[in-house]
Amino acid sequence: MTVPPVAESVPVRTESGSNPPRAIQGRTPWALVFERLRHDRTAVVSAVVVAVIVLVALGAPLIAQIVGHTPDAQFRETGLSAAGIPVGPSRAFLFGTDDLGRDVFIRVVYGTRISLLAGVVASVLAVMVGVVIGLASGYFGGHTDTALSRLMDVVLSLPYLVFAIALVSVVGPSLGISIAVIAFFSWASVGRVVRGQALSITQKEYVEAARSLGAGDAHIMFIEILPNVLAAVIVYTTLLIPAAITFEATLSFLGLGVVPPTPTWGNMLSESMAYYKVAWWFVVFPGAALLLTTLAFNLLGDSVRDAFDPRHDQTFAAHPDAGA
Amino acid sequence: MTGATVPASLAAPPGGRAGDVLVRIEHVVKHFPVKSSALFRRRAETVHAVDGVTVEIRRGETLGLVGETGCGKSTLARCITRLYELTSGRVIFDGVDVSRFSRAELRPFRRRMQMIFQDPYGSLNPRRRVGSIIGDPFAIHGVAEGEDRKRRVQDLMAVVGLNPEHYNRFPSEFSGGQRQRIGIARAIALRPDLVVCDEPVSALDVSIRAQVLNLLADLQRDLGLTYLFISHDLSVVRHTSDRVAVMYLGKIVEIAPAHDLYQHPRHPYTVALLSAVPVPDPDVADAQQRIILSGDPPSPLDPPTGCRFHPRCPKAQAICAAQDPALVPHLADAPDHRAACHFPVADGEILATAAGAAP
Repeated sequence: MTVPPVAESVPVRTESGSNPPRAIQGRTPWALVFERLRHDRTAVVSAVVVAVIVLVALGAPLIAQIVGHTPDAQFRETGLSAAGIPVGPSRAFLFGTDDLGRDVFIRVVYGTRISLLAGVVASVLAVMVGVVIGLASGYFGGHTDTALSRLMDVVLSLPYLVFAIALVSVVGPSLGISIAVIAFFSWASVGRVVRGQALSITQKEYVEAARSLGAGDAHIMFIEILPNVLAAVIVYTTLLIPAAITFEATLSFLGLGVVPPTPTWGNMLSESMAYYKVAWWFVVFPGAALLLTTLAFNLLGDSVRDAFDPRHDQTFAAHPDAGA
Repeated sequence: MTGATVPASLAAPPGGRAGDVLVRIEHVVKHFPVKSSALFRRRAETVHAVDGVTVEIRRGETLGLVGETGCGKSTLARCITRLYELTSGRVIFDGVDVSRFSRAELRPFRRRMQMIFQDPYGSLNPRRRVGSIIGDPFAIHGVAEGEDRKRRVQDLMAVVGLNPEHYNRFPSEFSGGQRQRIGIARAIALRPDLVVCDEPVSALDVSIRAQVLNLLADLQRDLGLTYLFISHDLSVVRHTSDRVAVMYLGKIVEIAPAHDLYQHPRHPYTVALLSAVPVPDPDVADAQQRIILSGDPPSPLDPPTGCRFHPRCPKAQAICAAQDPALVPHLADAPDHRAACHFPVADGEILATAAGAAP
């Protein structure tokens, strides 16, 4: 095997030897995503709001200690008017009181814990199940794909509230059941997204290369394919969390979630329904907390998606120099 | 490449003697079913990608495989490396029939036959670091772990002419030629006997091709590799290959030692292919007779009867459409120069340009 001598005159660039001082720093795809997020004002603001919400959830007992009210304490003398009506916001009760004279502020703070816990745990469970089933479906194809895809279709077409009501009437309401129900009804949409991507990535030459090296199914699914669907999974997870929080609030509102007296935004809203004409604060504050949380997570999710897919970049239009 | 020496971890004496048969493929057939569902009528069609190929690859040689796009070269390569299941036929690797082996049975053989892919962009996972890509063969076959693996990967990077310090970079930080070197490092990591090169330089810049070809030649010499070298570029194959096989529509139409094939082509298709090779001297190029084949290659869904080349062949006669010619030596050729043609081209014979060729 010889090559014409002209090739010998071409200097072989091996990249070894002296490197000039590097002006251009190679950046990993993740570093680029982080960099884009840092320059996106919406992302920064919503990330700060999410961070504050997480801190509130973690520091709930501390806040209760500072204020001096526990979430279940009933202040029948100071928290209710002579006629037994809840009192409005004041220095003693920042967000007013509820129908039993409990501090709405502390209850909203404690409700954050349930909402985040249910939202995050259910989303993580849903994503794990969805990723594994989606990868298997897209990678193996054929009958496996048909069976798993139909399974996802069935789950997505189940009427989830009817299912939840039926389940709770059998096993009784609890936080664990809520999380299980939310995860069960969320994984299929993750699975569909992952399946679609895995289906196309399985056709790539580097998957073929891995096969020709003798790689097993697990290696190909989790080392070759998964890193390439991770961006979509992360984006989907950040959008799944607010949906799961809303889902949990819905279940609690209907009395299918966490049992009173443990405060959640959902059951607070439910209790406030009879009082909204006389005690607006009873409705507004838990509702606002729910709105703010889901809004922050949704905006963060949108920004993360934009950061992973710069083709949908909005920053050029929003750039201060662009209009000049 | 030229400077780097092969480290001890790579250099081991090759098993078996040079010249004996390493891979023998017999009557290999690969058909792809195509489901075309018109609304109510459903008919099954088949792409005849590879249709009865028998060929031997000898230890230590480079066998070139040329042909037009879509003639089944890459499919044949993937049949040999068992990335595709054979429809029928046998692949005998070093005396063992591996064509019906399960994935588990195939694993030890995977170490011994590797592949270099055409697309240096598609064949490297964009989300993985180069070190872990090249380290894959060691990880998958449990050859080396941790620091040992890292050292071996860096040795390999040096051997193929990459800077070992770039171990932690992503494929996107390398040029096309460097990426192909990464693919080569991965392929030679386990010291395979056979390396199937599926158009390894077709996607590269012309100025880079010679470097990569030299690297492949050096590795073959140092490691005692056997190459199946697939290309549609006849000038590349001429310089790299000891023997050349010409494929047309899923069949081998001619196979011969490289110099023999280029000097004395027997099959009209080979003659036409050779006449299409560009010549850098314009005077020579003007004097050359170019044979322009009319029409496109027939659809592999419905290949022609008899000799598959007959609808485009200037020498075709009635028998060509009726009878499939055998791959045998013609005229005064040595037994290792075989062509599948009823009317082989004699030396110096002028082929009429596209005469009698029905579209």
